Amino acid sequence: MLVMENTEISQVTVIVNGEPRAVEVDNRMSVLDLLRERLGLTGSKKGCDHGQCGACTVLIDGRRANSCLALAVAHDGADIRTVEGLADGAGLHPLQEAFVRHDAFQCGYCTPGQLCSAAGMLAEAGPSAVTEDLTADPPLTPGEIHERMSGNLCRCGAYVNIVKAIMAVSAPGGDPS
Amino acid sequence: MRAFSYVKAGSPAEAVSQYRPGAAYLGGGTNLVDLMRLGVAAPDHVVDVTGAVDGSISEGDDGELRVGAGVRNSDLANHPVVRERYPMLARAVLNGASGQIRNMATVGGNLLQRTRCPYFQDVTMPCNKRQPGSGCQAAEPGAETGNMAILGHSPFCVATHPSDMAVALTALGARVRVAGPDGGRLVEMPGLHRLPDGRPDLDTVLTPGELITEVELPPPPRGRSTYRKVRERASFAFALVSLAAALDIGKDGRVRDCRLALGGVAHAPWRAHAAERAALSLPASRETFARAADEELRNARPLPGTEYKATLARNLIVSVLEELSQ
Repeated sequence: MLVMENTEISQVTVIVNGEPRAVEVDNRMSVLDLLRERLGLTGSKKGCDHGQCGACTVLIDGRRANSCLALAVAHDGADIRTVEGLADGAGLHPLQEAFVRHDAFQCGYCTPGQLCSAAGMLAEAGPSAVTEDLTADPPLTPGEIHERMSGNLCRCGAYVNIVKAIMAVSAPGGDPS
Repeated sequence: MRAFSYVKAGSPAEAVSQYRPGAAYLGGGTNLVDLMRLGVAAPDHVVDVTGAVDGSISEGDDGELRVGAGVRNSDLANHPVVRERYPMLARAVLNGASGQIRNMATVGGNLLQRTRCPYFQDVTMPCNKRQPGSGCQAAEPGAETGNMAILGHSPFCVATHPSDMAVALTALGARVRVAGPDGGRLVEMPGLHRLPDGRPDLDTVLTPGELITEVELPPPPRGRSTYRKVRERASFAFALVSLAAALDIGKDGRVRDCRLALGGVAHAPWRAHAAERAALSLPASRETFARAADEELRNARPLPGTEYKATLARNLIVSVLEELSQ
């Protein structure tokens, strides 16, 4: 058991986009604030800070999560991937390319969260709330994508093209537009 | 947010030994961290229990399913046995929150999440649940009552329980295993969550320091089951009214078994025993289902603004049972 009695400060090491980062944090600090304020990674956005908008979505140990609701102190040792580390090397991630090609944003504020959420979502198997047959892994129809991406709000209303972009990556070759 | 010390417990016993008045157990944090940011919760000591309680699901020889309290909501909904044998539970979990939140939220934390009543979440407002004795803003003239309770509420509190998963667990008759300073015990559902009476500050029957370690699911009810949720938008919203239902029809076309639990209507997931009893042994018909629904909802006491919920709950019971009977 890790006990730091009567201290409100903790030492944590997180792996961010493949790089171990050791930082001292106030226990109150969210993973989002750690990324933005301490590590200079401002790609992840603070929209609502209540887990309702999804702009802060990152991948934690490979799974999409709202970094605003994640306490940094509770994520010692976690592997965190942000929009800055989504692509391999200098190029764009296929989702980033698809978002550009399908005009899947206007102001762009929700885009890093949409991208990380989509990357996590494409790696998730299993049914959703709109899947008819719970025992089968359903094909990713536009309806399935709408449901699975409902944790990411877009104030500009670019949803139609966001779904097109994700469809293009999930079913390469089939151009939905 | 108030400053707090943090400890990560490695076992239920360690977690319980770390508990003290003013402390809080932390699971996925999707509700607690938000409440701390809002000032609704202000623990000075946080005991992280994600490494203390089991995070796996196992099948017993007795046909039961044991779900560790640390299992993430998404893993519960995606478990092959849950998808196959407990469709009501899989659907309930998938209808809650968003993909991100389901990845973070634990089963234990889901059961212990607090109401989303806007007056509970606003520290500038009176609220008997947040601050006993301060009053209930939701009962004041002009309050926004659209999503308040219609059953089992009291003059002290009209808030509703927000969980979808807990509604299915209530219909399934799940048992909650608890560790505490005075040893362990099993709490049956319904029975974990309280009605508000004069103490809306107490959401559940758990005592300070008690920790949910596991949920035990009895073998699923016979027949077909499902969960349907009505909300203000298509996804990622709390229920106005939801229903977990299981229906078993005999060869004679009569109702052999019926399990019904409503969400969004009360301070606790609402097991509709009166409707279940009313449907038993009668022909599995729309008339029977309507009579059963009326039997349950005759006790509804809607506030100004929540009258629609009684109608909605009635229609939901009839339409879901009809669907299950086809």
